[in-house]
Amino acid sequence: MTETSGLVLNGLSKRFSGDASTVLDNISLSIAEGEFVCLLGASGCGKTTLLNLIAGLDEPTSGTISANGRTSLIFQEPALFPWLTAGKNIELALKAAGVERAQRKEKAQELLRLVHLDKSYDQRPHELSGGMKQRVAIARALAQESKILLLDEPFAALDAITRDFLHEEISRVWKERGLTIVFVTHNVREAVRLGQRVLLLSSRPGRVIREWNIDIAQPRNIDDPQVAVLASEITAELRQEIRRHAR
Amino acid sequence: MPADFEVQEVDDLATLESGLDALESSGEQEKRFTLKRLLLKSSPAFIAIAVVLGIWQLLFALKVKPDYVIPSPQMVWNSFTTQWKLGMVWPAVQNSITRGFIGFALSIAIATPLGILVSQVKFARLALRPVLTGLQQLPSVAWVPAAIIWFGLSPSTIYCVVILGATPSIANGLVSGIDQIPPLYLRAAKVLGLSRFASIRQVVLPAAFPGYLSGLEQGWAFAWRSLMAAELIAISPDLGAGLGQLLEVGRTLGDMSLIVMSIFLILITGICVERLFFAPIRKRVFRARGLLVE
Repeated sequence: MTETSGLVLNGLSKRFSGDASTVLDNISLSIAEGEFVCLLGASGCGKTTLLNLIAGLDEPTSGTISANGRTSLIFQEPALFPWLTAGKNIELALKAAGVERAQRKEKAQELLRLVHLDKSYDQRPHELSGGMKQRVAIARALAQESKILLLDEPFAALDAITRDFLHEEISRVWKERGLTIVFVTHNVREAVRLGQRVLLLSSRPGRVIREWNIDIAQPRNIDDPQVAVLASEITAELRQEIRRHAR
Repeated sequence: MPADFEVQEVDDLATLESGLDALESSGEQEKRFTLKRLLLKSSPAFIAIAVVLGIWQLLFALKVKPDYVIPSPQMVWNSFTTQWKLGMVWPAVQNSITRGFIGFALSIAIATPLGILVSQVKFARLALRPVLTGLQQLPSVAWVPAAIIWFGLSPSTIYCVVILGATPSIANGLVSGIDQIPPLYLRAAKVLGLSRFASIRQVVLPAAFPGYLSGLEQGWAFAWRSLMAAELIAISPDLGAGLGQLLEVGRTLGDMSLIVMSIFLILITGICVERLFFAPIRKRVFRARGLLVE
């Protein structure tokens, strides 16, 4: 496997003005191209801040980010525009990415096929279920021709059955498209189910305190005994980190 | 065998997902238009009108006041048919609606860029928002004497009053529509990499549209009221007839039936504009976004 870097963070720190505490402290991280990394941590570990920095929505206090290709960010809420149909939501992203008008419709339909929503081109967001909306959001993010996909607890608001399907979906899309993925979650099993590498962040300040390489064969199932064993090991570590904050 | 199994698994996800999608997504159920539903829906309004007419007729029958103070419904109706035959009603309605629409259109043309400016530029917001809110409170009839001195008894006077009455509401509606946009949409626009101009056109304005629409509705109400105030005071043969002028004719003649008839015409015209113009737009916009509860 050639180790081309997809995303390199170097000494990344973030402090918000007026707030003495450091949110992110000296995070250095190298993510290979095509790698699937899960960031795990309790509340207050600055996961969302970290993704915002990578996505360019916010400026770091110090440190550098170098990304090999465009990034797109997917939120916990699907953030589809309710005045546009599913297809037109994707076409707006295509337009912003500079795709010519004549090609947009076909490309949007192709992306909808990729997430198994062939028939939803003309549907409005309110006619779609939570899982379907999030799949449209994934298709919209892919429309930006991004090589790096940042996901901020994307499935946290979904029910267990839907979440299970979306785990399969995102794994498949990741492989098919050769994407680099940074997936933030507070669900340990989800992290182990999906990631090639799981990073545990500490809270206040956010630092990478441990990492695990996940060698369990793909495709994995969230109920695999191996997933469960590793998840409980990581959970123990996570709890220890949380306990540290008890007064 | 294992290879087969894997193919089946991939296939399975598509099938599983489409099954779950079908279970979870709400099929839009368009209710069919039937005469029965229309009657059912509009009957409460008719009952209310009948009750009001009944009380009115009763007051008349009891002779609480002489009939030149409280005329009967029949007298008002007779006044309407007489005036209609004299050719007084329709031109007045037409004139007022035309003036109202032109004044309203001019107000939209002024208020929309103004609202965008106030919402997007901090200095403009600090400077103009209090002025707009203040003007919204000011009864626009207060502008009539000033407008008559500025423009004389001309259509400009009427449009001036209508614009001053309607513009603040429309601009304020747009500003609060923009202020209430969920921050998530703006972040999504940023993530998509839309330029500032594209993000205003493609995200900010459509997202603010429901707020803008209620600003427009309120703006129309203010435009219509301002128009009546202006027509009632600014009377000249050059201006032609309007509903406000019809009201003033009734006052000078001491013809209470004509006055009540004019009030009804003003009311009914207002209701018609709301039902035929704003209600369908509002329904369409809200339904498309899944905001309509029926």
